[in-house]
Amino acid sequence: MLSSASQMHRMLSKYGLVSKQLWEIMLISNVLLCNVTDRVSFWFVVTDSAKNVTTVAGSEVEAAIRMNRNRINSAFLLSDKTLQFLKISSTIAPPVEPSTPVWLIVFGVVLCLTVAGIVFLIVTGIQRRKKQNKESSETEDLEEKCEVTVTIENGIPCETLDLKAGHINGVYAADDERFASL
Amino acid sequence: MEKSRPLWDNPLQFVFACISYAVGLGNVWRFPYLCQMYGGGGFLIPYFIMLVVEGMPLLYLELAVGQRMRRGSIGAWKMISPYLCGVGVASVVVSFFLSMYYNVINAWAFWYLFHSFQDPLPWASCPLNGNRTGDEAECARTSPTQYFWYRRTLNIAPSLEAAGALQWEQALCLTLAWLLVYLCILRGTESTGKVVYVTASLPYCVLIIYLIRGLTLHGAVNGLIYMFTPKLEQLANPKAWISAATQIFFSLGLGFGSLIAFASYNEPSNNCERHAVVVSLINSATSIFASIVTFSIYGFKATFNYESCMSKVILLLTNAFDLEEGSLTADNLGAVQGHLQAAHPQRYAELQPQLKNCSLEAELDTAVQGTGLAFIVYSEAIKNMEVPQLYSVLYFVMLLMLGIGSMLGNTAAILTPLTDSKFIASHLSKEVVSGLVCFINCIIGLIFTMEAGNYWFDIFNDYAATLSLLLIVLVETIAVCYVYGIRRFEKDLHTMIGHKPSWYWKVMWAFASPLLIISLFIFYITDYILTGTLQYQAWDAAQGQLVTKDYPGYALAVIGLLVAASTMCIPLGALLTLARRRLRRGRARPVA
Repeated sequence: MLSSASQMHRMLSKYGLVSKQLWEIMLISNVLLCNVTDRVSFWFVVTDSAKNVTTVAGSEVEAAIRMNRNRINSAFLLSDKTLQFLKISSTIAPPVEPSTPVWLIVFGVVLCLTVAGIVFLIVTGIQRRKKQNKESSETEDLEEKCEVTVTIENGIPCETLDLKAGHINGVYAADDERFASL
Repeated sequence: MEKSRPLWDNPLQFVFACISYAVGLGNVWRFPYLCQMYGGGGFLIPYFIMLVVEGMPLLYLELAVGQRMRRGSIGAWKMISPYLCGVGVASVVVSFFLSMYYNVINAWAFWYLFHSFQDPLPWASCPLNGNRTGDEAECARTSPTQYFWYRRTLNIAPSLEAAGALQWEQALCLTLAWLLVYLCILRGTESTGKVVYVTASLPYCVLIIYLIRGLTLHGAVNGLIYMFTPKLEQLANPKAWISAATQIFFSLGLGFGSLIAFASYNEPSNNCERHAVVVSLINSATSIFASIVTFSIYGFKATFNYESCMSKVILLLTNAFDLEEGSLTADNLGAVQGHLQAAHPQRYAELQPQLKNCSLEAELDTAVQGTGLAFIVYSEAIKNMEVPQLYSVLYFVMLLMLGIGSMLGNTAAILTPLTDSKFIASHLSKEVVSGLVCFINCIIGLIFTMEAGNYWFDIFNDYAATLSLLLIVLVETIAVCYVYGIRRFEKDLHTMIGHKPSWYWKVMWAFASPLLIISLFIFYITDYILTGTLQYQAWDAAQGQLVTKDYPGYALAVIGLLVAASTMCIPLGALLTLARRRLRRGRARPVA
C-alpha cells in the first residue's frame, strides 16, 4: 500500500489542481497529511510552494475537488459512497428517465390485445348467430318444399290441378262429412 | 321450447373453475399471517378440524344444490322454497359488492406488473429530492417499497375525509382489469371454461418456481424454522379456532352463489361429492404450500434487513471511533460495543440514539397480512434477488391469475341468475348483460382509485361480505336440511350420483355446521359490540408510518348499509312472497 500522501499528491497533480492564480507544479511535499487513522481517513492541507508556510485556501481546494470528484473516484477505483469528503456533499446522478414511461408502453400493448380479443369474440358471436338464424330459416324452407313435393299424385301436382280448369265433383267433396269425426 | 343450458365441456373444466375461484389471494396473504399469529405449525390442527367439520360439508351442499336445481342462486333457492328467494338475492348483492372492490386488486397487480419492466425496479431505491442531494423526504422516513405503495401507487390521502382526486393511472389499470374480465366471461361457460385452465394452473407453476428460489435464498431457513415451530399453547386461545373456522369459510367462497352457478352448468350425473372433497383439499394444500413460500421469503427479507442493520451500526461505530476497516464484524459487535461504552462513555452516549438494536426475531415478528404483504413485503424481497425483473413479473402475473380466477366466479354468481331470468334473457343477449355488469362495476369501482380510495377499499374488504355470508350460509344449511328435508335431498343425490351420502355428511349438514356458523356469528357480533367505535389505519406521510383513526359518521353509515343491504334481502324476500301469495289467494277466493 502506498502512503496516503503520495496518493493524494498523485491525484492532485495529475488532474491539475492548481489555484487559478498560481500556475505552479505541485510536488508531493505540498500535500501535508495529519491525523491519519486506522480507518484510512485523514486531514490534508495543500501548501503553496511559492509562498512558504501558507496554505491554499480551503474553499479553493473544496471547489477543485467538487469539480473533479468523478475523476478522483475513478483514480482510486472508489465511488461517492466509499470515498467521502466531509462537508462536501455529492450531487447524486439523476436516474435515467425515458421520454414515455415504460409502464404506459406495456399497458398499451396489453390493452390492445384485450380489446382485439373482445372485438374478435363479439364479431364471431354475431356471425355465428346470423348463420344459425339463416340455417334455421333454411330448414324451414326445406320442410315446406317437402310438403309441396309430397302432394304430387299421378305425376300431376295438386296445385296445378286446382289451377287448371277442373271441376270439383260435388259428390266427392262432401265425402268427409259422412265419416264421423274421431 | 327452452334453449338447452350451456354445459362445461368436461368435468375437468368444472373442477378447474372451482379451484380457480376458491384458490385466491386469501390463500397467499391471509393464511400465512394466521399461521404466524396462532402458533405456527400448531395452527394446522384447528385448520384441518374445521376443514372436515365445516369446509367439505358446506362445499358439497352448495355444489349439490346447484347441480340438482340447474339454476343460479336466485332460481335454485326459489325451487327449494318460494319463501327463500331472498337468499338468492342476498347472494347476488354480496357478490356485486365483492366484484366492485375485488377488481381493484387486479388493477394494482397490473400497475406493479407494468412497472416490473424497468432496471432498476422503481421500488428498489428512493427517488431523489429537489436539489438532488439526497432521497426524497417522505421516502427517507420510510422504506422505498412502502413509499412506492403508499405514494406512487395509491397516492394515499392522510385520512378518509380528505377524498382527493381521481388517480388516472389507477383508473386506467382498473378499466383494463375489467376489460380483461369481460373478455373471459363474454361467451359464458364456453370462454370461461377455457380460461380457467390457465388461471388454475399458472399460479402453481409460479409457486413452484418461487418455492425453489425461496428455499435457496440466504436466510430462508430462519423464516421456516421460526414460523413452523409449533407453539401448541396457542391452541388454548379461542381466537385460533375462530380464525381457522373463518379462514376455511371465506377461503372456499361459500355463500356467494358462485359455486351454485358453476355447478348448475354440470351434467346432472356429475359426481359432485368427489369434486367437493378434491376442491377443498386442494384449496387447503395450496394455502400451506403458499405459506411455505411466504415464510422462506420472510426469512430472506428478515435476514437481509438484519444484516444491513448490522452493517449500518458497524459503519457508524467505525466512523465515529476511527477504527480500522474490518475490525468490527457481526460476531464481535456486541463485545466491542461494550468495550467502547466503557472506554469512551460520553461519545458513545451521543451516538446512542442512532444505534438501532438489530434483532432477527424482531424482523421476523413483523406479521403482515393483506395488501401490505402482497405488495410491500414481497416486492421488498424481490428487489434483493438476482434478476429481480423476472421474479417480479412472475409474481405479479401469479397475483393477476389468482385475482382473475376469483373474479370469474364472482361475475358468474351475478350473471347466472340474470341470464336465467326469462325477462332479461328475452330482451338482452348474454354479451350485452355481461358488458353492462362490467361497465357498472367499473364506474362504481372508480371510487377506489381516488386518493382516499384505499380506506374505502378496507371498509368493503372488512364489512361487505363477512356477517352477511355467515347468515346466508346458515339459512342455506337450515333450508336444505329442515325446509327441503334431508331425506328428499338424500334421494336427489342418489339419483344424481348413484349412492346416498354417508352418515358423516348428514350429521355435519344437520348439526355440526349450523352450530359452528351460529357460534361464529355470535362471536363476530360480540366482537363488534365490545370494540365500540370502529377504527382504521391511515398513512401518515409526516411520520412515515400507519396511524389509527376513527371512522367518521358517514363511513359508519356506509358500513351499516353494506351489511343491511344483503342481510335484509332474506326476510324481505320471505315477506314479499307471503304478501304475493295472500294477494293471489284473495283474488282467487271470489272465483272459488
